[in-house]
Amino acid sequence: MSGIEIRNLWKEYGDQVVLQNVDLTIAPRAFIALVGPSGCGKTTFLRMLLGQETPTRGTITLDGAPLPHEPDPDRGVVFQRYSVFPHMTVLGNVMAGPELRASRFLGRTFGARRRAIADEARAMLAEVGLAGSEDKYPAQLSGGMQQRLALAQALMMKPKVLLLDEPFGALDPGIRSDIHRLMKRLWNEVPMTVVMVTHDLKEAFTLATRIIAFERTRDRPEERLRYGATITKDILIWPPRSAGKTTIWDADLLPGRDDPTIPGPIAGTTWPKEEPDADAYPPLR
Amino acid sequence: MRLINVRPRRGTAILLACLPFVVLALAYLVGSAVRLAENPSDKLLPALSTIVQTVKLYAFTADRRTGLYLLWSDSAASLGRLFAGIGIATALALVLGLLNGILPVVRAVLAPFVAVVSMVPPLALLPILFIVLGLGEVSKVTLIVIGVAPILIRDLALSAQALPREQIIKAETLSASTWLIAIRVVLPQVLPRLIDSLRLQIGPAFLFLIAAEAISADSGLGYRIFLVRRYLSMDVIFPYVAWITLLAVAMDLGLTALRRRVFPWSELERGR
Repeated sequence: MSGIEIRNLWKEYGDQVVLQNVDLTIAPRAFIALVGPSGCGKTTFLRMLLGQETPTRGTITLDGAPLPHEPDPDRGVVFQRYSVFPHMTVLGNVMAGPELRASRFLGRTFGARRRAIADEARAMLAEVGLAGSEDKYPAQLSGGMQQRLALAQALMMKPKVLLLDEPFGALDPGIRSDIHRLMKRLWNEVPMTVVMVTHDLKEAFTLATRIIAFERTRDRPEERLRYGATITKDILIWPPRSAGKTTIWDADLLPGRDDPTIPGPIAGTTWPKEEPDADAYPPLR
Repeated sequence: MRLINVRPRRGTAILLACLPFVVLALAYLVGSAVRLAENPSDKLLPALSTIVQTVKLYAFTADRRTGLYLLWSDSAASLGRLFAGIGIATALALVLGLLNGILPVVRAVLAPFVAVVSMVPPLALLPILFIVLGLGEVSKVTLIVIGVAPILIRDLALSAQALPREQIIKAETLSASTWLIAIRVVLPQVLPRLIDSLRLQIGPAFLFLIAAEAISADSGLGYRIFLVRRYLSMDVIFPYVAWITLLAVAMDLGLTALRRRVFPWSELERGR
C-alpha cells in the first residue's frame, strides 16, 4: 500500500514559474484524475511523480521515503503515444519488464525462467483482452489495443503507483469506453494507486475517486511569468469509490445505461423487471 | 484528370522503369555505329561485339602473364578492401554512434569532434595515408573508413537521439539499466536505420576505393580502369564500370532484403 505526500512543491524553468505551492496527500489505492487547461502544469506534475523531472522546491514522498530522481519500477507509466517498443512483439513487450529485471546483462532469459515469464505475460495479455495477438508487432495493433498493451506492460512490474499521461486521449469514443471499463477493473483488482492526467472531464468523473484541478490563480499577461498554477479544486467523487468495492453508482447501473441519474424505466415501478444481463454488465470483484 | 493523380499500374510501372535503360543502350548502339561507320578504328564507342570479345578475354581467359582471370581477381581484391573498410566503419559507428546518441556525457565530448572530422575531405588525406601507412592495403582500407565512418556515426547518433523519450522512460520504469536500455531498446531500433545509411554510403565507399586504387595498387577494379585508360581501352572501361555499378546495386538490394528479413517490424513502422 502506498501513500504519496507532496509538500510545498514548486517547479520553475528559469524565470518561468510553472507550478507553485502544491500540497497534496494521495491515499493508498486512490485513483486521482488531474485536470486543468492546457499548459497548467499537470503533465509537469505527473513527470515529477515519475522522476522524469525534479522539483525546484518541495518534497514528494512515496510510503514515507523520498522519491528517487529518476524513473524506477515502483512507478509504472502509460503515455499517450510511444509507450510500447515497436521492435518487440506484443508478447515480447509484456515480457520486457520481468526479463530486464531477471537478466541484468543480456536483458533476455532462457529456458524455464523464460517460459515462466511468458506464461505470466500471456495471462496478463488475456487479462487486458489481447489474447491471440501475442506474435503481432505494435504497428499491427489499433490505437486502443496499443494502449491495452502499454497497460499490460506496465502492470507486469506490479508498480505501487501507475501514472497515466492522457492515455486514452487519442482513442475514439467507443474504444475509449471499453478501455475505461478495463481500467476500472484493473484498478479494482491490482493493488496500486493511479494518477491520471486527462483533458476529458467525463473520463475523470467516470474513473477517479478524486479529481484535482490545476489552474493559474493569476493569469494577467504581466503576471504569467512569475505566478504558476496550483491546485484550485479538490473534488471527492460522491458516493465514494473505493478500490475493490462496488459503489452504488456501479450497483445501480442498468444494462445498456450509463446515465446514473435515470434510475430505470418509468412503468409503474422505478426498478427494472428483468434481471441485468450478466454479460453486458459483469459484476465487479 | 490532373497529372498529379495519374498513377501507373504495376506492369506499366515496370515498363516505364526499363525505358531509360533502353534509351541509353539504344543511344550507345546508334552512336557507336555512326562513329565506327566513319572510322572503323575508333576507340571511343566500341561496338558491342568488341566489348563482348573483351569481356570474354578478361572474365573467362587466364591472363598470359599471371595466369589469373583478371575481372575476378580484380573484383576479389577490390571487394576485399571495400568490405574491410565498410566493416570497420560500421563497427566504429555502432560503438561511437550509440555512445554518442545515448549518453549526454559522451555526446558533450565526442559530438563536436566527430562533426568537425566528418567535414575533412577524405581524399585530401590520401597523401598523408600513403606517406604514413605505406602504399599497401592498410592505407586504402583506412581511406574508406575515414570517408564513411564519420557520417555513419553521426547518422546513428542522430537516430538514437530521435527515439521518443517516452520509450527510454518506459524502459526505466521496467527496471532497465543504461546498458540494458542501450542493447535492448536503442540498439535494435537503430540497426535498421544503420543498414539504410550503409546503403547510402556504398557509393562514397566505392569512390574512395577507386581513388585509392587509381593512385597506387597492383590489382583491383579501379586499378584496371586507370591502367587501360592510357590505351583508350573503352572496351575494358565500359564493362568494368557496368560491373562496379552492378555490384553496388546488388549490395543495395541485399542490404534492403537483410533489413526486411532481420527486422520485419521496421517495414511496418515505415508504413505509418
